[in-house]
Amino acid sequence: MIDQPPGATNVIETFQAAKRYGRTWALRDCTLTIPHGRVTALVGPNGAGKSTLLHMAVGLALPTAGRIRVLGSLLPGSDEALARIAFVAQDTPLYPNLSVADTLRFVANLSPRWDEHRARTRIAELGIPLARKIGNLSGGQHAQVALAVALARHPDLLVLDEPMARLDPLARHDFMAVLMAAAAEDGLSIVLSSHVVAELERVCDYLVVLAKGHVQVVGDVEQVLATHRVLVGATRDLDALPPSVSVVAEQRADRQTRLLVRADRQSPVPIGWQSEPTNLEELVLSYLRSPQATTLPGPSGDAIRVSA
Amino acid sequence: MEIDKQVSGSPITFRLDPTSGVPTYLQLVRQVEHALTLGYLIPGDQLPKVKDVVASLAINPNTVLKAYRELEHKGLTVGRPGQGTYIEATLSVEPLREQAALTRRLIRWLDAASAAGLDQEGITALFTNALHEQAKRDSGKVAS
Repeated sequence: MIDQPPGATNVIETFQAAKRYGRTWALRDCTLTIPHGRVTALVGPNGAGKSTLLHMAVGLALPTAGRIRVLGSLLPGSDEALARIAFVAQDTPLYPNLSVADTLRFVANLSPRWDEHRARTRIAELGIPLARKIGNLSGGQHAQVALAVALARHPDLLVLDEPMARLDPLARHDFMAVLMAAAAEDGLSIVLSSHVVAELERVCDYLVVLAKGHVQVVGDVEQVLATHRVLVGATRDLDALPPSVSVVAEQRADRQTRLLVRADRQSPVPIGWQSEPTNLEELVLSYLRSPQATTLPGPSGDAIRVSA
Repeated sequence: MEIDKQVSGSPITFRLDPTSGVPTYLQLVRQVEHALTLGYLIPGDQLPKVKDVVASLAINPNTVLKAYRELEHKGLTVGRPGQGTYIEATLSVEPLREQAALTRRLIRWLDAASAAGLDQEGITALFTNALHEQAKRDSGKVAS
């Protein structure tokens, strides 16, 4: 998991990838790397390009321009990539008229690395009869069956598009618990998209923020959090801030202002301002409110490109 | 939301407080330290397996690994490859006595605060503020 095996590679690597549907660019100039062995959150508002990026990674969509590679140097959609990547699409679609047993048989036929024992054990743990029709399962059971099927394919990379959007809190917790246990046991890499940021904080250790087809933030969650602070101070002092303060977003009230800035614990705090740590939700929301701001790894690895 | 599943065969179970603002790994570290202080954990005990903690709390495995590394770094546990993490040391009784004295002084301070007309919320705000000031002062020392 945290120790990468020798020769470990990036699970997704894009270079200036772009996707156009008709006249609309769903994704533009997307350059990012997602390392092996991480649980990556892909966040952004609806229409940000999350599904487009995921569809390109699993071979369901071709980039209009640029390049995308998976699991090292594999072309998405190639036989090897298909065998080693499992994809759970939005709303976890399964055929409603198939029974659970038929669903397993169906996917097994398409999966060279299928683990029948694992699939059956998991379904038994869930207490779902194999003869039951998919269409008669509850929302939580449906999502759990989709996850069990995906994990039984024994993937190196599991991609999930908004997997929990329709689940109630208990079903979300159970879904995440199974997902995290799989990450702990198999060391598989996980990339999941969501527009609910709060539930990702405990789960993800790598972050990609997309807004309006652009990449805003890419990086290790801890590192991203450690290089941002919140400054709280009086609104009237705003104009006196030294230009060296790199502001991502501001929340201005009549008297008090909160700024998300690029800084760490050691950075000097402007006189009259209070410096506080931030959290994932605040950070992501701040970036989404300022779609022009980006924090991307530069050529040196951790240098920051500022555009505001 | 807090939902704990019983982890069988383990002397303690972890729980998380999502509103505390304390990083998750640190919450786990503190709960082990707390259990050691109170005697719920003794040398030789095995901590819950990473997979079990992950499955009951639905958190990233690296978070649990980080907490267990931190405990090992503090000399409180030892990791046995392929087996798990075991309690190695116990927290001495000395801090307990100090804690008792501190608690007595804190209660005297709380009495003074309520006598001055502060309610619980006011006291919490004051305490949080003071904690903040102290942390700021200390981090200032580190920086300079």
